[in-house]
Amino acid sequence: MESNPIRKTPLHASHLALHAKMVPFAGFDMPVSYSGIKAEHLAVRSACGLFDVSHMGEFRVSGPGALEFLEKVTSNHVASLFPGRVQYSCMPNGRGGLVDDLLVYNLAPESYLLVVNAGNLRKDWEWLSSHLPTDGSVVLEDHSDDTALLALQGPRALDILQPLCDVDLSGLAYYHFTHATVAGLGSVLVSATGYTGAGGFELYVPSNQATQLWEALMLAGAAHGLLPCGLGCRDTLRLEMGFCLYGNDIDETTSPIEAGLSWITSFKKDFIDKDLLLEQKKNGPSRRLVGFVMEDKGIPRHGYRLCDADGLEIGKVTSGSESISTGRYIGMGYVTSEYAAPGSVVFVENRDRLLRAVTVRPPFIPSQGS
Amino acid sequence: MNTPDQLRYTAEHEWVELQDGVATVGITDFAQRELGDIVFVEMDTLGRTLNQNEVFGTVEAVKTVSDLYMPVSGEIIEVNPKINNNPELVNQNPYGDGWMIRIKTNQPQEWDALMDAAGYRAHTGQ
Repeated sequence: MESNPIRKTPLHASHLALHAKMVPFAGFDMPVSYSGIKAEHLAVRSACGLFDVSHMGEFRVSGPGALEFLEKVTSNHVASLFPGRVQYSCMPNGRGGLVDDLLVYNLAPESYLLVVNAGNLRKDWEWLSSHLPTDGSVVLEDHSDDTALLALQGPRALDILQPLCDVDLSGLAYYHFTHATVAGLGSVLVSATGYTGAGGFELYVPSNQATQLWEALMLAGAAHGLLPCGLGCRDTLRLEMGFCLYGNDIDETTSPIEAGLSWITSFKKDFIDKDLLLEQKKNGPSRRLVGFVMEDKGIPRHGYRLCDADGLEIGKVTSGSESISTGRYIGMGYVTSEYAAPGSVVFVENRDRLLRAVTVRPPFIPSQGS
Repeated sequence: MNTPDQLRYTAEHEWVELQDGVATVGITDFAQRELGDIVFVEMDTLGRTLNQNEVFGTVEAVKTVSDLYMPVSGEIIEVNPKINNNPELVNQNPYGDGWMIRIKTNQPQEWDALMDAAGYRAHTGQ
């Protein structure tokens, strides 16, 4: 273990000062909660929450071949981006599964920022490096260590951030970004994105400015009900929206078609696994990722079996929790296609009992707008 | 971390109070903090006689599920009726309103082998 010491984000000391409950996650010592998952979850839905997600990886891709390279290694249509626009995408693995899911920022012509999962950082780097063109037309750089990422999420995010910011953010549409001066820090990338469905912003800053930004946001947010929020409620919030979590709902064995990610899979271009995925889309995949709501009392958990009424396995639960906003017990999982239609009755096997559930199309909560 | 001196403890993070042959059982402050927000507690074992270390219920928290083990053998004569509608009592007051079951013990010597508060603090590294 000495070769892999636990890593700390630039905000580690702030978390300890706030008495966060810390857990190891993707090699980092990360806050799972401060005041409690439920309180933090509800703060994000009704007011605002501030997350440190600096463990995420940031790669810069630039050069005359950058667009062509990204078209090939990612599933979404990169050419439809323009500077100031972000897209959600994934990286097919050449075997019908996924290397990772990611955000692609178009920073400037021939310049892109990829934001990847911390747990996949090394794997992604090696995968991308192995597909770089040999003519030197693309430069790939890892900026993960010198970039901090704060997520300010919730309906009050604009009220908290705007007074600190020199750019009008009211017109910044979902999945768009701008560069701004925030709290006196001159080089903040402000992105109208997030993983909560509650609206708000993600803020990228140099690591050595993270603490100053965190403290400015905490101070400005105090009057708006802002709470520091950990990875615990990040997970319950994203699950209420039906957002996939790599390692739970998608991985090296799941295709974007099966996972309901056809909307980020563009067949207008050539990319890794295009033919395989196109055929899967035409013929229909044999299994699909669905959302479901429990009718019997029980919380579905990752790895529990999904069954038919006779107890025969039809799939597996990939994520599950209490929906803290509604009090219902919800989950996601893969089922054979005949159970994929909303309203299908499925059963979750929980300790030798079959608990009844009904499939739904996420999100599990009414849209909050963003 | 609150670990009252008058109680006994198990390695599975239950506390036990013994009075006139009846053991009152709950989970410790350490356990409720580790579990985080508790969603519900399932206990279908009222009236059953179970041995030490058998499962008498489960705690479902937002992030995890955990079994509850009999700290001593005996008949479960009472289940805390408040917990069904107010599972947050276990988080808020684990040694008081958040108690879980009462056991009419049939092996009283088991109590003597449980950890005291100092032993439990050492066990949890607190």
